[in-house]
Amino acid sequence: MGTPSDKKLINENGVRLDGRGDEEIRPIRITTNVLERADGSAFMEWGGNKIMVAVYGPREAYPKHTQDIEKSVIKARYNMAAFSVDERKRPGPDRRSTEISKVISEALSAAVLVEQFPRTQIDVFIEVIQADAGTRIASLTAASVALASAGIPMRDMVVGCSAGKVEDRIVLDLSKDEDNFGQADLPMAVLSKSKKVVLVQMDGDLSKEEFGKATGMVLQATDRIAEIQRKALSEKYNIENLSESNTGGE
Amino acid sequence: MPKDARGVLSEIKKGYISKRLKEGLRGDQRKLSEFRTIRIEPNFIPRAQGSAFVHLGKTKVLVGIKVESGEPFPDTPNQGVLTTNVEMLPMAFPTFEPGPPNEDSIEIARVVDRGIRESKMIDLEKLCIEPGKKVMIVFVDIDVLDYDGNLIDACTMGVVTALHTASYKVDESSPETKLPVRSMPVSVTMVKIGDELVCDPDLEEEQMSDTRLTVTFTEDGHVRAMQKGGVGYLSMDQVKKGIDMSEEAGNKIREYIKQVI
Repeated sequence: MGTPSDKKLINENGVRLDGRGDEEIRPIRITTNVLERADGSAFMEWGGNKIMVAVYGPREAYPKHTQDIEKSVIKARYNMAAFSVDERKRPGPDRRSTEISKVISEALSAAVLVEQFPRTQIDVFIEVIQADAGTRIASLTAASVALASAGIPMRDMVVGCSAGKVEDRIVLDLSKDEDNFGQADLPMAVLSKSKKVVLVQMDGDLSKEEFGKATGMVLQATDRIAEIQRKALSEKYNIENLSESNTGGE
Repeated sequence: MPKDARGVLSEIKKGYISKRLKEGLRGDQRKLSEFRTIRIEPNFIPRAQGSAFVHLGKTKVLVGIKVESGEPFPDTPNQGVLTTNVEMLPMAFPTFEPGPPNEDSIEIARVVDRGIRESKMIDLEKLCIEPGKKVMIVFVDIDVLDYDGNLIDACTMGVVTALHTASYKVDESSPETKLPVRSMPVSVTMVKIGDELVCDPDLEEEQMSDTRLTVTFTEDGHVRAMQKGGVGYLSMDQVKKGIDMSEEAGNKIREYIKQVI
């Protein structure tokens, strides 16, 4: 959370600065197969976030000591472009992006049927072209679509959303100002059908009741976002209704 | 658990731990929410401005705090700076290698840092000497000396103890001041084995598990930081149960820390 500030995040009419309701998420658009060379790809716009994801693999894991004789290793690399934020970001991995890459890799590993591809790696390259709060969740949600578009077998899609606390109110999908000046941020991602939690982080200040409310709101939102994921994929295959034909999951 | 510590645990040991868990007990007789024996020695390194040697079961970490003056970040000109670093020394485990921090030690450092920072434990504004020009920087450096599971909690309790006992001088001539601390965060880490969450996992329990959850509480009963780790998943009920377990187990640790500082 950012520094305490006098900045008003909710106006005198009780509405958030960008006019959204408490449970309203920013507009999301996902397009698949946007890159030529990659085995699978997705472009995600979520509010002001613009994120490109490319998937390569499964392919032989390299360097060799990273191989797992029982399963495929998912190597997600979350990277922010130098021009993606207000002040230029020094290119290359830093501690924040290293941590985000790790939690995204782990969340995706829970969804992909990694046991089908021993000794291989699946590379998930995530490039944040423009950042506008909630990039880790947007990246993960997009990465899941990119993996599916690469034809990689998964037990379920991964879908996420963040909730947070702004002027003592629990709201969904924090905007940049709400993230910077709000009281808490709770990014969470689940397997879309079983609602098993594969990513959860929190920073800020939440009581146990507030936590329960926030997670409830995130779970509801994931249904809506999962529908956008399905649409993006069904457009690729020109299938009328992918959700009907999809029998996967646990 | 660090990637390079993922050894092979014998089937017979795994079977034993699972069997005990069904009876509600751990391999080492602990209850599910019970921590191993904690011993913290504050002021272990007099040359540091604050320090603590933590024994959490057989896990040993050493926390040292240095407070030096420096420049503030441009976006927080009125605040001191907190930085946290974890060194997983090669002496701590057969397969740990020397070199720059890997993703495992970065994650541990960032989760520990998040708990301290979000609890507003250090009053960073009091560490401002000259706005925009000179502030005090709190360097938290953690050496992992012996690894037997649950580094996050060992590190957090060490940092909290060390910060509470730390004092600093702005320069040689100025008087010694106590570091301005105002809360006591405690992290509790659990791993999922089968369908059970167990607190303060030892090495074998970490090797058996693919899912970790860390929750940091302050004394007002509020959650300040959380982190799920590992390639597995948790049900929403398990997350909520984890939060309850963390509050309960954390309160006991807080009582202990209060005794030693």
